[in-house]
Amino acid sequence: MFEATRINHKNLSRQNMFRLLLGGMTALLILPVILVLGTLIYKGAPVISFEFLFANPTNGMTAGGIFPALLGTILLVIVALLASVPLGVAAAIYLSEYAPDNWFTRAINIAIINLAGVPSIVHALFGLGAFVIFFRFGTSILAASLTLAIMTLPVVIVATRESLQAVPMAFREACWNMGATRWQTIRRIVLPNAVTGILTGVILEVSRTAGETAPIMFTGAVFFLPFLPQGVFDQTMALSLHLFVVSTQVPEMPEAVPYGVALVLIALVLLMNSVSIALRMYLRGKKKW
Amino acid sequence: MLATKQQQADNKMMAISTTDLSLWYGTFQALFDIKLDIKQGIITSMIGPSGCGKSTFLRTMNRINERLDYVRISGKVDVMGQNIFAPEVEILQVRKQVGMVFQRPNPLPISIRDNILFGHNIHSAGKTGKSEEGEIVESALQQVLLWDKVKDRLDHKATALSLEEQQKLCIARLLPVKPSVLLMDEPCSALDPKGTEAVEELLWDLRGKYTILIVTHNMAQARRASEECIFMLMGKVIEHRETGEMFLTPQHQETADYIEGRYG
Ligand SMILES: Nc1ncnc2c1ncn2[C@@H]1O[C@H](COP(=O)(O)OP(=O)(O)OP(=O)(O)O)[C@@H](O)[C@H]1O
Ligand SMILES: [Mg+2]
Repeated sequence: MFEATRINHKNLSRQNMFRLLLGGMTALLILPVILVLGTLIYKGAPVISFEFLFANPTNGMTAGGIFPALLGTILLVIVALLASVPLGVAAAIYLSEYAPDNWFTRAINIAIINLAGVPSIVHALFGLGAFVIFFRFGTSILAASLTLAIMTLPVVIVATRESLQAVPMAFREACWNMGATRWQTIRRIVLPNAVTGILTGVILEVSRTAGETAPIMFTGAVFFLPFLPQGVFDQTMALSLHLFVVSTQVPEMPEAVPYGVALVLIALVLLMNSVSIALRMYLRGKKKW
Repeated sequence: MLATKQQQADNKMMAISTTDLSLWYGTFQALFDIKLDIKQGIITSMIGPSGCGKSTFLRTMNRINERLDYVRISGKVDVMGQNIFAPEVEILQVRKQVGMVFQRPNPLPISIRDNILFGHNIHSAGKTGKSEEGEIVESALQQVLLWDKVKDRLDHKATALSLEEQQKLCIARLLPVKPSVLLMDEPCSALDPKGTEAVEELLWDLRGKYTILIVTHNMAQARRASEECIFMLMGKVIEHRETGEMFLTPQHQETADYIEGRYG
């Protein structure tokens, strides 16, 4: 009565076939990632040392360390975060909590999503025109960071809006029906429940800009600087640009150096991502509804 | 002159009094010339088939409907003798006076204590002292017969309570701001029979202190738990009488049909 029929056999073997196929595809996907990371570590790890991380480059950048570039990238990301997060979060709050649901709001939302697809070189030119020239910031950390900020603004807005919209409507209605203003509702209920998503989403998105080269190349990052930046109006070195330079612009560069730089850059991005993921797991454990 | 005086005196007795209240969602008319006088301090139930406008009526009483920009309202609504559509009226005050309880219990994702204090805090100017807060929480929870059950876990998330407890909490959190009217939109339909019974019991407890208007699909509940009953159909009030009378000798054929379960 319960023996497998021919149809069962056919269905089961088909199911196994697809499992294999899909699993194989996944493996194919993971393979390049492992190869890239493996190569980087294999070739780059030998040059990584305390000196490599914390000393200035010497000998036409073929020796010494990459500290100015490492510090520069961290500074660029931090200043970009400081600019894009308040602006993006505020805009997202307005769009999702205050703006009426009409064609105009929808048009703005679509525009924001499309803005995220604008190539970074276009942002670079915008940054050059707007911050370097028009606002007279010169090529500086400030101009480069603002360019990065403009570039990440759309994704910051989208990430924030999604976190806000994940807070159930019923909570807002409960508040409004008790006579809470929109702001009281946002401040006391919506934001506290969305802050995890906002924080982590934002860190994740902005940390990606650590690897950007084009937007900072014309606006604030330079090939080589014999001293560390003293303020936001100084130029700076940056890891991404440095990687480009040591890979293509310097003759007789030891092969391991570019790999070392790339490894540090990836490690930095991964570090920021894991902070954001850890934060998310920690905060999610505390929330319940 | 004398007649109007008399009328005003009558209106004073009414918790809710509407005249020619009509409401449109865009071009769709959901309420038609509603004329209702709901007495202070008693429990009034509202019955009627799905889509007849019961929730719409409730949501008009605390002016929450106006959030939707396609809603248009005409007519007059007095709550405790005051026109809630008068230009000088602040919507936030209306919502404070007219509390709303929903079908699905919707406690806020904060502690039990903070749920109770939420309404109080948003309507008070400065910080409230710890001991006063404690009194507010205890008194509200006492009123909904929940104090003994939760007094040892006031800091727990309210969302972890059982549905019945959540619904009681949703009623309790309205009380600290001293509302005059409590609107309840099918407050028991997410609860099991035991929870339903407990909430009904609570309604009788709150009776007198607050005017209660409860929407229900449960005929037996309307009978058990209310003193007056309103029957609505297609956006109109068909009948509004003392509950016992209405169920025994309905004056309209539609009411009789509905009560006997012939539609809705
Ligand atoms: N936000 C809205 N926009 C447009 N139409 C609405 C809206 N809310 C309700 N309606 C319509 O108004 C009518 C009355 O709805 P309402 O929710 O008041 O009915 P109800 O009596 O509460 O029904 P139920 O017993 O199912 O809860 C329905 O036809 C409904 O489709
Ligand atoms: Mg309803």
